[in-house]
Amino acid sequence: MHIAEGYLPPVHAAAWGVAAAPFVVHGVRALTREVRSNPESTLLLGASGAFTFVLSALKLPSVTGSCSHPTGTGLGAILFRPPIMAVLGTITLLFQALLLAHGGLTTLGANAFSMAIVGPWAGYGTYLLVRRFGAPLMVAVFFGAFVADLSTYCVTSVQLALAFPDQGSGVMGALAKFGSIFAVTQIPLAVSEGLLTVLVMRLLTQSSKGELTRLGVLTGAATKRREEAGAR
Amino acid sequence: MSVKISRNTKINALLLLIVAALAVLPLALGLGDHKEEPFTGADAEAETAITELQPDYEPWFSPLYEPPSGEIESALFALQAALGAGVLAYYFGVRRGRRQGEARALAKTGDAVDAEGGAVDTAGAGASVPSARAPGSKDA
Repeated sequence: MHIAEGYLPPVHAAAWGVAAAPFVVHGVRALTREVRSNPESTLLLGASGAFTFVLSALKLPSVTGSCSHPTGTGLGAILFRPPIMAVLGTITLLFQALLLAHGGLTTLGANAFSMAIVGPWAGYGTYLLVRRFGAPLMVAVFFGAFVADLSTYCVTSVQLALAFPDQGSGVMGALAKFGSIFAVTQIPLAVSEGLLTVLVMRLLTQSSKGELTRLGVLTGAATKRREEAGAR
Repeated sequence: MSVKISRNTKINALLLLIVAALAVLPLALGLGDHKEEPFTGADAEAETAITELQPDYEPWFSPLYEPPSGEIESALFALQAALGAGVLAYYFGVRRGRRQGEARALAKTGDAVDAEGGAVDTAGAGASVPSARAPGSKDA
């Protein structure tokens, strides 16, 4: 759930817009480069964007007795690296802001910063870290997607706490309040997103081995091992 | 029915089942019962929290277009999910078709080798052809 239209003071809204803009511009460049040098990846790019579209339309009930939705940005960040998700995530946010009155144009910068920038980078970083420890691919994918989802809403909580500090307990007090609304609600949803991302990645390893190898998700050696295991 | 379900399919089904359980459990356990309005959106709760923290805050901009009713809004959300699911399904459909086409072409070349070689056994032909191709073209 994103910050609603008009619910960030103008100065904050503008500041987050300025912070997010370079990432999105850089992402547009990365996206054009990717499409130009690997035209065959366009279809998988579309599928990554589509995954974000589906997941951010699914409002799910959570343990706190309220509803929120996953973001779906982890998959694309792992496949194509985070800059590309800065674009695909922002497109999703724009669609929701314009047609669904969900999120908003004035809060687009802040929402893009949390969902399309911090989420993908945190998720991608976690994915790389878990892989470096030698964990199986799917374990890394799960934690990557989980962190991408959860960190998005932690950032949302921080953004709101900075804009609306508590009169008594300051920013930290407000952070506890917004954190309990967004971040706690998000925990089971982040688990769901992790599992769904693993599911899609499993289908991709079955259907698009060549592409995943080119993108570096499957290494040549891993593919060979898998094939040998499959042949046995 | 003794349809053989592969281990892969079972794991995928299990993943979906857990996701469904995670979504249904909060409802089944009545975790929203302590609220006046159970299972509202987190964004609406945040708006309430903002009003509590800063009672004089007024949203300074309103959406350019707002769905006129909850029904229209849910239709638009369904449209968003359908668009995404459609593109995803298209992707996997194209991939599956391509793999089947490759497998068929492979089988054909295998038959041709068989017919020409005469004595060459099928297993030998089947094993030699994929190794000459890209690593992505394992027999399904």
